[in-house]
Amino acid sequence: MTDKSKVQTEIATPAAPASPVSPRRPSSKEKSWEQDTLKPTLEKSPERRAEFTTISGHPIRRLYTEGDLQDWSPEKDLGSPGEPPYTRGIHSTMHRGRLWTMRQFAGFGAAEDTNARFRYLLAQGQTGLSTAFDLPTLMGYDSDHALSEGEVGKCGVAISSLADMEVLFDKIPLANVTTSMTINSPAAVIWAMYLAVAEKQGADWKKLSGTLQNDILKEYIAQKEYIYPPEPSMRLVIDTFEFGVKNTPKFNPISISGYHIREAGSTAIQELAFTLRDGLEYVEWGMRRGMDVDAFIPQLSFFFNAHNDFFEEIAKYRAARRIWHKAMVERYKSKNPRSWALRFHTQTAGCSLTARQPYNNVVRTAIQALAAVLGGTQSLHTNSLDEAWALPTEFAATLALRTQQIIAHETGVANTVDPLGGSYFVETLTNEVERGAWDYIHKIDAMGGMVTAIERSYPQREIAEASYRYQMEVDRKDKIVVGVNDFVTKESPLEILQIDETVAHRQAERLRKLRAERSQAEVDRRLNSLRTAARGKENLMPFIYDTVKVYATLGEICEAMRDVFGTYEEVAIT
Amino acid sequence: MPTKKIRVLIAKPGLDGHDRGAKIIARALRDAGMEVIYTGLRQTPEMIASAAIQEDVDVIGLSILSGAHNTICPQLMALLKAKGMDDVVVLVGGIIPEADIPAMKKSGIAEIFLPGTSTQDIIEFINKRLAVGT
Repeated sequence: MTDKSKVQTEIATPAAPASPVSPRRPSSKEKSWEQDTLKPTLEKSPERRAEFTTISGHPIRRLYTEGDLQDWSPEKDLGSPGEPPYTRGIHSTMHRGRLWTMRQFAGFGAAEDTNARFRYLLAQGQTGLSTAFDLPTLMGYDSDHALSEGEVGKCGVAISSLADMEVLFDKIPLANVTTSMTINSPAAVIWAMYLAVAEKQGADWKKLSGTLQNDILKEYIAQKEYIYPPEPSMRLVIDTFEFGVKNTPKFNPISISGYHIREAGSTAIQELAFTLRDGLEYVEWGMRRGMDVDAFIPQLSFFFNAHNDFFEEIAKYRAARRIWHKAMVERYKSKNPRSWALRFHTQTAGCSLTARQPYNNVVRTAIQALAAVLGGTQSLHTNSLDEAWALPTEFAATLALRTQQIIAHETGVANTVDPLGGSYFVETLTNEVERGAWDYIHKIDAMGGMVTAIERSYPQREIAEASYRYQMEVDRKDKIVVGVNDFVTKESPLEILQIDETVAHRQAERLRKLRAERSQAEVDRRLNSLRTAARGKENLMPFIYDTVKVYATLGEICEAMRDVFGTYEEVAIT
Repeated sequence: MPTKKIRVLIAKPGLDGHDRGAKIIARALRDAGMEVIYTGLRQTPEMIASAAIQEDVDVIGLSILSGAHNTICPQLMALLKAKGMDDVVVLVGGIIPEADIPAMKKSGIAEIFLPGTSTQDIIEFINKRLAVGT
């Protein structure tokens, strides 16, 4: 915990937004259009504003033509779907072959509450599960810890031990349902609990499919749910990679996430750049562990935000695939096409949801989801209209799922691969977003990598700067947010989901019972083995799995590692 | 007109790490000429109250998005009262269900700013409140 002596405030140095605008060579035909048609029009009626920019502040031209794509080659830069550089998507048939996985993030209250919501969502046609954990779980505290007071079951489901995990996935066959778990610092522990439930269900680990978020770097950068310092945290991440390659070849041990970076206020280019540079960092730590790149890279997956600016988002996903392919082939000499293809999940932008006029959020979310689909996402979460107020009600969550089903089955957008490919605008923007991201990636390379950049607060500062710039634009009404700084009306409050303190009492009682009934001697013995292993260099996953099996709690296991690794404190930047 | 700069403590209580709002407010108030101290993350009510005393602030701004406000706020208000700090203007910003607002105001919290509030509105509120109060 931060004490008074460590309080630091620094004023971020203003940095100009990266504006990697493409050089252009307009044709003589375009020049004469400017003279003959455009000029008289502008003289008669000027445009709405002097400059147009994306929500990230990236400049947007009046018109894009072949003049913007002079150095662009359809063979080299666009290619074909399912082939390098994957601009058009990672599969040859994309959503014609298989629709994206509709994976709604859910979790609240105690395990039985979320289990009921999971089963409801599956009954509504949802095709994968995604688990939200509460803050104590995310921070490695049991529900009955003093710091958990007031937070149990509020932002997600409370999971303190294997006993809770068994209830969470009760009557859900883990062999058949793919499950994503949004957990980072304690990811190895929660994953061990998941694997233990799968084993109890008789599921073959080799066939288990799903995703662990496990992306600690973006926690230091953006979401700030870290426990240990970067070095031991990265060790735990690489331990899960190693364990996964051997035991769960179809499970993604990580979801390298730009979502939270964007939610913290970054631009689209920053989201892309920091996320991919995080990805490169994980690859390099894996290589340093002695792993063969083509053994573990195919299991790395990504997670991006879908914000309001429709074309900028589509360009971001297309550029992401191109950068990843280039980096894998050129930097790491990867020989396996499965390492080259960037697979990603998308969530619509929580930070774009407004508390005012919340029904407008349905519209925002639908448009954002459409961008994700046109950008070639592999799975998608659509936010619920009430999430600027609370976790979603069942009604709101259902409507969000229906939004995806309408895009998939009614709009026709999934019937052809990369329908925007070849658009002068989309291709130019893809080039520009890619260039802007490489610029950041090279800067971070020059600092010595992402861990060093984080320790110097570089990405944190860039994001804080962008976030402040955007807020000032909104305050000045340079950027309009409907229902917030324009088109404002008075309305009545929404009906929202409330989590009361009975969840915390239920959890405390359950933990008391668990501690009374388990073999304390066995728990202590295994926690000690974990501590000893943590002091050495061994892979910790088997040790964590052993502690989980005898019902050591999440808090006890994380505490054992705190004893060895210590905790991390950031330098606060404002 | 007050000659001395308004001193504000911006605090992020609870386990949540989403600090975008807290940082924006800290910077906006500083740009508006106030003296701003940002506590950093994961502050207990005790830590916030003692920082407020040590820094002799006029205003405490709490950023809470996690739903823990009904636990955190009463604890902080009781501590401030016990320490004779009930003249400090306490503001809360974040995700607060409208149904919870009347009880929070009754406990002495001066104002609750919901998502979508402009930084200018907060600056004006503080300036007005302290001009009247002193």
